[in-house]
Amino acid sequence: MSRHRVKAVSYDEDDFDDDYDSPDPEEEEFLEQCTAEVLNQLRAGDPPVNATRDEVQEALWHYYNDVEKSVNYLRGKKAKEVKKKQAPAPAPAVKAKASTVPVYPIPLSPPASSTAHFSAADFFRDAPWLNIPAHRKADILVEPLYPRLGLLGGAPENSGKVSKLAALAAARKKKEGEKSAAPTPTPPSEVESSRPSSTERKSPALSLRERLASNGKPQKSSEGLQSLRSLGKGSRLGSPSPQKMPSPEPRKQSSPEVTAQADIESPVSTDKKQEEEAALNIRAPPSTFASTIVGEAIRPKMAEPSHLSASTLDLIKIYGQELAEPFDFAGPSPDDVVLNAQSSAKGFKSKQPASKSAGDKKTQAGLAEGMNSLSVEEKVNVKSKNLDVLSEYQKTQRKKAMNFAVIGHVDAGKSTLMGRLLADLKAVDQRTLEKYRKEAEKIGKGSFALAWVLDQGSEERARGVTIDIATNKFETESTVFTIVDAPGHRDFVPNMIAGASQADFAVLVIDSSIGNFESGLKGQTKEHALLVRSMGVQRIIIAVNKMDSVQWDQGRFEEIEQQVSSFLTTAGFQAKNIAFVPCSGISGDNVTRRSEDPNVSWYKGHTLIEELEATEPYAHAIEKPLRMTIGDVFRGSVQNPLSISGRIDAGSLQVGDQILTMPSGEKATIRSLEVDGEPNDWAVAGQNVTLNLVNIDPIHLRSGDVICRASAPIANVTSFTCKVLAFDHLLPSMVDIHRGRLHVPGRISQLVATLDKVTGASIKKKPKIVAPGTVARIVVEMDQAVPLEAPTRIVLRAGGGTVAAGLLE
Amino acid sequence: MRLIKNKIEHNGSGTVTLCPEEPEDMWHAYNLIRPNDLLRASAIRRVTTTQETGSTTSARVHLTLEIRVKNLDFDPQSSQLHVSGTIVNETAHTKIGQHHTLDLELNRNFTLEKEVGADGEGVGWDSIAVQMLKDAVDEGGQRRAEAVAVVMQEGLAHICFIGQFQTILKQKIEMSVPRKRHGGGDHDKGMSKFFQVTLDTLLRQLEFNTSSASLTSSETVRPVLLASPGFVASGFQKYIQSQASTSTPALKRLLPSIVVVHSASGYLHSLAEVLQSPAVKTILADTKYARETKLMDDFLDQLRKETNKATYGPREVEFAVDQGAVGRGGGVLIISNRLFRSQDVAERKRWVSLVDRVRDVEGGEVRVLSSDHESGRRLDGLGGVAALLTFPIIDEDIEEEGEDDH
Repeated sequence: MSRHRVKAVSYDEDDFDDDYDSPDPEEEEFLEQCTAEVLNQLRAGDPPVNATRDEVQEALWHYYNDVEKSVNYLRGKKAKEVKKKQAPAPAPAVKAKASTVPVYPIPLSPPASSTAHFSAADFFRDAPWLNIPAHRKADILVEPLYPRLGLLGGAPENSGKVSKLAALAAARKKKEGEKSAAPTPTPPSEVESSRPSSTERKSPALSLRERLASNGKPQKSSEGLQSLRSLGKGSRLGSPSPQKMPSPEPRKQSSPEVTAQADIESPVSTDKKQEEEAALNIRAPPSTFASTIVGEAIRPKMAEPSHLSASTLDLIKIYGQELAEPFDFAGPSPDDVVLNAQSSAKGFKSKQPASKSAGDKKTQAGLAEGMNSLSVEEKVNVKSKNLDVLSEYQKTQRKKAMNFAVIGHVDAGKSTLMGRLLADLKAVDQRTLEKYRKEAEKIGKGSFALAWVLDQGSEERARGVTIDIATNKFETESTVFTIVDAPGHRDFVPNMIAGASQADFAVLVIDSSIGNFESGLKGQTKEHALLVRSMGVQRIIIAVNKMDSVQWDQGRFEEIEQQVSSFLTTAGFQAKNIAFVPCSGISGDNVTRRSEDPNVSWYKGHTLIEELEATEPYAHAIEKPLRMTIGDVFRGSVQNPLSISGRIDAGSLQVGDQILTMPSGEKATIRSLEVDGEPNDWAVAGQNVTLNLVNIDPIHLRSGDVICRASAPIANVTSFTCKVLAFDHLLPSMVDIHRGRLHVPGRISQLVATLDKVTGASIKKKPKIVAPGTVARIVVEMDQAVPLEAPTRIVLRAGGGTVAAGLLE
Repeated sequence: MRLIKNKIEHNGSGTVTLCPEEPEDMWHAYNLIRPNDLLRASAIRRVTTTQETGSTTSARVHLTLEIRVKNLDFDPQSSQLHVSGTIVNETAHTKIGQHHTLDLELNRNFTLEKEVGADGEGVGWDSIAVQMLKDAVDEGGQRRAEAVAVVMQEGLAHICFIGQFQTILKQKIEMSVPRKRHGGGDHDKGMSKFFQVTLDTLLRQLEFNTSSASLTSSETVRPVLLASPGFVASGFQKYIQSQASTSTPALKRLLPSIVVVHSASGYLHSLAEVLQSPAVKTILADTKYARETKLMDDFLDQLRKETNKATYGPREVEFAVDQGAVGRGGGVLIISNRLFRSQDVAERKRWVSLVDRVRDVEGGEVRVLSSDHESGRRLDGLGGVAALLTFPIIDEDIEEEGEDDH
């Protein structure tokens, strides 16, 4: 509007300038001619356009007296002006009555004819201050300023040209109109068809309006309301006649037409409206783009009924507020509409329903359900190949596989001997060994270089003592061996028990040097030997180490052989299962190769490796239910964030199996597994495996826990009865219970009876104390439930020593 | 605990007013107060009154209530004692016979009355109760010795406070530390994380001020015993040292009070070994629990060496006392105070009379061990009572009659 005025001002200036600049009579005459020509053409054109002389002359001046261009220009300009006037017309009225109320241009309405009845206060009655319903506000922006485009992107309407799509839409609209018009007596259908241009102009906009605010449609032309209805589209239909319009400007030719058309429409509006409603439902839903621009199609639909049903006279209508239907906040907020539209446009499936329409509650319930089913962790599904593991196992041709534990007193040279074995068998490359040698010499422990092959821990290297078990694999021609190198220090006997529980046979390393052998026999040489025996190890190879330090003295060797074998036979080893080998780990004599030292010529027996190979493999309980004690829980790699390792005690498993960990009772799935470091699909008892697990939290896994199947779970117990061989005096007292990696505190709660070693018959019930070396039945209680089942071999320790070992009953 | 008023009659009945001053006093109160005693203490009670209109108002009122004790509930972790029973005095807000639970509080007096009925159905202040009262009141004032022990192994640590009469396990730390593997530094990483968690927990339990401003404060630090098999404890000490020299200088105050000792395992029962180690003995010389631990060790030694000159278990010990084996010349009766805490009056009388008999008639020595110490727990494992005998008793004699006892 203000632009109008500014422009008008500039006209005056132009005029003045013109007068001043062009006094030339010739030119004036020419101009006059052209003006007349333009005016004629304008009036003759369809639609006829009124233009003032001044306007025409100005146009001519701009176009250098080109008549044709000026006519086109003026026509376009007038068309614009018509629209502009339509919109801003009511404003003066509003201003007059309540100057504070913002301008409210009514879309699509002809120049405000109805201002006489209009009360701004009434109109804005329902609209909270500064909170005008969105559908009303929006029109301000769209309507007045720009030439209107057809909905589907056609040319400006006033040019008379309509895009094909728009034309199609208009045609359809018209049909509908005709249909609805048919039953009613009044409407002359010719009128509609005779004015295609105006209808066409209107209809695309109308369909747009439908979505914006369906209530804005012409409707319910009940007689009583007509006079009251003063706004919006209603105003177009109602009584106001063109004569009443206060039009300050010269009327455009197009405006009477519009009004006339409105007049025609008005009688049928109600029917047509309903017709349209019905049609609306058949229609395809609006495109994503359209709904982005306009909001959801459903929203007008739901808003509709309240409106349609309000055909009776109600108060709101009397106040002329049916346009501004009371905002009940039932629909989505404008922000929601935008967000929904954006997300759906992006192709995201929005969790929130696009519109909270009639099924509001339902969608909320669905949402809640969805939230419940939402889970932070993602379940990983691992396909099982459903192999028949047992037959797979029988099919494979593989070497004998055996585990052996290396035991002995601290500093007997266990790790060094095994390092030598691995180095000589090329299981460790020369370069690594050189590196170890250099590093060991750097910290002044050159003789420990070989041990570093197995002692990988930083503390182990710094202190030169094995702390935890180390496993390593090597192959001979016939057998795959896994070394379980156990620590010899008394503080780490629990780790040694863990190692020995994985062993098929044992290598007892004895320091043959003077003094050390004797102290060892009192210490862990004895304890370890007893422990491996009580854990079921049958065969034991005694490596009499450091023979070089006693110049391979045969007498020394025989002395040791005699002492140790007598002790081992009392411990329960059969003589045929005991073998002695004199050797030297540091020099490698009699380890993998025969010693060339002339001092050793007296020894004709096997080397250590030959003794190892002579061992017969054990049969494992492959067909029993799965049992595996977790040796370690660690982060394998980025792909396998949670891995466990250990030796399968019984049964078999394959990739994709679901397993149960005890005592936590949590389930996990095996994503992949490795047998001796090689990926495989299945594994059976006796193999050393690494399982990569999914679908379980690492806190449920600790070393010492037992893996089993849900179908045959291992029970958690807090108390058990067992038959033990006492190594020390047994009293009701606190003990540590060891089973492989598992060790828990507990107490001997009851000494049930002492038993006869051979027959197992009860000798004395409820003994006060159980003397060392006797067999007794005792009851052990624990504070926490642990997975234990008969028959399991357990070890009881107290005060840093082994007090008893035995079998669960 | 302070003794405010003592009015014990010759016949054993009477009242005592006490004021608990430190958390351990609650433990004493727990041992002194028995069911059927009368306890008078201040209380806060919520009183609900119903108006004539039917509306109710409730208010919290301060009262002094006297209850006849029915039940005791002691929480050793927080040293809180809740005593429930029926109200015996009438106040404006309560009726006789209503139930109430008194929460004894520090620095608030309470009055304990023990009765001996006309026909002797009550226990009264028997010799054990009087002895306990003496222990609790601590006239000598030399029982301040306290220590904190961290018993640990790889991935497991127990933080416990060793007091004069009880050892409280404050917190247990359990972590999964990856084992050593080829080429993996996971183990070292896991250990330093384990140390970090243990240190944080320890400082929290000690309520140790780690701000650097506290370096100059003269706040005393209790001895901290770090015990483990292998090198875990010394590794932890090194970790604390490195923390003190890098990130938390306030830890320097802690360093001098740290003692590293060996233990066989990281479980709590290894504490006995910790307390017997020479390094600890020099710090905590001649404290009650050290004596108790020594006593238990002596007993077990005796049992091993001369099986028949020591015995344990209720029936066996009673039999030995009957034989006169627990008398002058080395007879020692070791009894856990758990037995005196029995709800059953007859049960308590049985043990009190046994103690009285050994002490007064037989002339033997009686040692009451706290069941909340490690040694007491060991004794409880043996049935709560044991005895060192003056002459060997062949236990074949009691075997047959003891058959039905277990």
